[in-house]
Amino acid sequence: MDNPFKGSDVVSVLDFSRRDLELLFEYADRAQRHAGSKLDALRGKVVALAFFEPSTRTRFSFEVAAKRLGADVISVSGEEATSVAKGESLADTVRMLDAYSDLIVVRHRYEGAAKLAAEIAESPVVNGGDGWQHHPTQAMIDLYTVLKLFGTIDGLNYALLGDLRYGRAIVSFLYGLTRFRPGAVYLVSPEPLRPRREVLAKLGELGFKCEATCSLEPIIGEVDVLYVSRVQKERFPDPAEYERLRGSYVVNLRTLSRAKPGLKVLHPLPRVDEIAHEVDGTPHAAYFYQASLGVPVRMALLSLISGVEI
Amino acid sequence: MSSEVSRFARIRSGTVIDHIPAGRALEVLRALGISGREGYRTIVLMNVESRKLGRKDVVKIEGKLLDSREVALVALAALSATISTVEDFEVRRKVRVSAPDEVEGLLKCPNPTCITNKEREPVRSRFRRVGGRPVEYQCAYCGTMVRLE
Ligand SMILES: [Zn+2]
Repeated sequence: MDNPFKGSDVVSVLDFSRRDLELLFEYADRAQRHAGSKLDALRGKVVALAFFEPSTRTRFSFEVAAKRLGADVISVSGEEATSVAKGESLADTVRMLDAYSDLIVVRHRYEGAAKLAAEIAESPVVNGGDGWQHHPTQAMIDLYTVLKLFGTIDGLNYALLGDLRYGRAIVSFLYGLTRFRPGAVYLVSPEPLRPRREVLAKLGELGFKCEATCSLEPIIGEVDVLYVSRVQKERFPDPAEYERLRGSYVVNLRTLSRAKPGLKVLHPLPRVDEIAHEVDGTPHAAYFYQASLGVPVRMALLSLISGVEI
Repeated sequence: MSSEVSRFARIRSGTVIDHIPAGRALEVLRALGISGREGYRTIVLMNVESRKLGRKDVVKIEGKLLDSREVALVALAALSATISTVEDFEVRRKVRVSAPDEVEGLLKCPNPTCITNKEREPVRSRFRRVGGRPVEYQCAYCGTMVRLE
């Protein structure tokens, strides 16, 4: 079968078509069937993890995915006392990693860092998150989660709640949805956290219909997938503004009392207080299941990029 | 007009940048990197009457011809401008500037956390033109959109 991922960089989920994503989901199914056993599809290969921004989940998830496929993993991180912390350029670090590895995963707080890394490295580069811009692998996991929960991504009604301005995961999910045919898509956020102009321009260019609203209440009854994102403190220049907004978009049992019984709540994690813990035990909570799909989806992606079957 | 004034208002050979939106002449000079210290005999007319624009600015630079990169810089600073080459007090060639489809290293991304604004990275800004009017450019790295006048 034609594999468009082979040797490719993964900078944005918009780089891929619906067919590409469906192939990825097929591979993720296969990766799940092999759960628990270690494969040797990537034996002899080295995967480099370059996380210049603090991360636990995404980094562990990539590391486990690579090791489950039999690859060796090397990593640099911004928190360590490496030359990176002492001010070496991203470009030089990427050149160094390129010499040692077959695939590089980059996370960086500057927008466009992964694109620059991809231009410099000969090995494929996977964007593990660049500033407020893209987080394509999270979008792939989130779409796959919806597919597993509902058997389809098309025709469902979506509400995307929270920080649509600086939240790269939620915007990447939105970009991912443009590759499918969802029902209604509501963007629920306070005014200052509406999507950036270029995001709206992209949606317009793609002819993608969605509706911005300030409140979840009037629409909660029609929603199948409620995607909640964190309002990130570090994105706000003014701490007072952050304090004022973060409490206003909380999902709890009262919020969900008028929801469809089948509504599922997704969240890229970690959460702060935007989903009350009382929701965890309800059938609505799908975010832990979603997190559990991180490794199989990333295994699928790594093997497709490397051009190996699993 | 006294002969003294007309002598100062003309150039023998060089470039005339006309139809600059009123008040933007200094931006055009800045875009071209002309501070005055280069020694070019330069005439700057600001907020003068124009049939097309109502008011306009004009810049005349003696002894300087613009290369294609400089023409693009003028376009980005003043989209309505026309550029004429003057030889022996006569216009030899006149072109209307047009916004290029792609510009590299000429515009600065306004997003402070764009990778093109990170210190010590060997990367030049790159913008693609999006849409017609108003003319907008989009950063190829962070997606930020910039509207030109
Ligand atoms: Zn930029």
